[in-house]
Amino acid sequence: MTKRPNTKGPNRRPPIAIVAMAIIAVAVLSLPLVGLLQRTPWSSLGTTLGETATLEALRVSVVVSLLAAAVSVVLGLPLAWVLARLSFRGRALVRAIVLLPMVLPPVVGGIALFFALGRKGLVGRALHNWLGIDTLIGTTAGAVIAAAFVSMPFFVITAEAGLRQLDPRLESAASTLGAGRWTVLRRITLPLLAPSLAAGATLSWARALGEFGATITFAGNHPGRTRTLPLAIAQANEAGQPEAAIAMSVLLIGVSLLILIGLRHRWIAPRTPQQQSSPESSPS
Amino acid sequence: MTVYAAASLSEAFEDLATEYEAANPGVDVKLNFAGSARLAAQISAGARADVFASANGANMNRVAAEGRTAASPVLFARNRLALVVPADNPGNISELEDLSDDSLVLAVCAPEVPCGALAQVVLADAGIDADPDTEETSVRAVLTKVTLGEADAGLVYATDVAAGGDKVAAVPLGPQIRFNDYPVAAVSDRAAAAAFVDFVVGPDGQRILWSHGFDSP
Repeated sequence: MTKRPNTKGPNRRPPIAIVAMAIIAVAVLSLPLVGLLQRTPWSSLGTTLGETATLEALRVSVVVSLLAAAVSVVLGLPLAWVLARLSFRGRALVRAIVLLPMVLPPVVGGIALFFALGRKGLVGRALHNWLGIDTLIGTTAGAVIAAAFVSMPFFVITAEAGLRQLDPRLESAASTLGAGRWTVLRRITLPLLAPSLAAGATLSWARALGEFGATITFAGNHPGRTRTLPLAIAQANEAGQPEAAIAMSVLLIGVSLLILIGLRHRWIAPRTPQQQSSPESSPS
Repeated sequence: MTVYAAASLSEAFEDLATEYEAANPGVDVKLNFAGSARLAAQISAGARADVFASANGANMNRVAAEGRTAASPVLFARNRLALVVPADNPGNISELEDLSDDSLVLAVCAPEVPCGALAQVVLADAGIDADPDTEETSVRAVLTKVTLGEADAGLVYATDVAAGGDKVAAVPLGPQIRFNDYPVAAVSDRAAAAAFVDFVVGPDGQRILWSHGFDSP
């Protein structure tokens, strides 16, 4: 990492207004966490977290979020490639539609999923008739679909950005040297893209882990199948068991923080182009 | 003035608020509907409610036990459990006992929501071992899943059947079916809060509640 240059020019001093605003921003973002932690019943935390219902919700959360991240990668990578590499009419529109779940209230996503995949939905009727799938309510498959719906855009946007930053000359050099399309993809494109793919997959996993609205609306609330930690937290809170809600929240926050810290240090920070090219990072 | 009311009271309390505002010019009643458990949690956490109308005693008692009520709760309405199915009744359900069929998609309220607590008692009374596919956070979320045809059956309140319109049909449950009594209490010590509670339990309030299918406690 770089050290801040110790020059004497007055314009090198950090502007107080910006630093003050940044401190306020950190306070806004971190105070709720501090509030939660100071109310956490640390002595009984282990007991609450060891309860069967909590462990069951944790298991559902892990399974659903990992499967949703896997779906995001398998379907999202070809989509990111299409958006980054192919020029076609309506590409901006496709990208906007693909990113819509990031800004849509998840409950709206859940309702919309009904009209697509529900029993009376556009595709749902075919699922019913051809595959014999009667309903996705109360099924882990339904929870995975809801989580993938909200988390896939995070993978697509990260992978597409990674593809755009790749130097296309590396790929053309490889094909000039006789490598076939698949060889180029396997030996050049994917390895160069690996950091972006890992970051995108982790982001979408983290988003899937925190998913609530689309899941409870579309997949319902069924213990052991769709009741993830966020659903269990909301339910405990409403059932007048704030201690259980707090304990599970701490667990979820801990897992999410680990993901984000890992993401920051392993994949994003060391490779941002700004650090390679910006004048600040070059030793003066 | 802000009134927190159970989801099952939606239409009735909208009418109540309209009449109350007409009778008391200058008063603006804001309504917040959700499952009683969620409302109780919000009030316990310090939400600025003036009146709380719960669909059962348990959630009201939680709020009262924390000293968040300004006056003793008063019972003002009674509601029975109802079994609703989509209008075309895809699950061919004709009685409560049919709910023991696991291949049906059954939606109920979560146990901490009054309609869910009531549903558990009714199913246990009848000796039915049902495995609900989803436990919703409010009675209206159960109704929506039945209205959309996504669930074959849902356990809601008798008064919710009307809110489902012609998309749902009620399956008769017999006269022995259990009921919930609804308590209401002023949460803030504003005079308007106590006045609204008096209106709800008074003749005008009761007339409106009857017109929406509620009984007197």
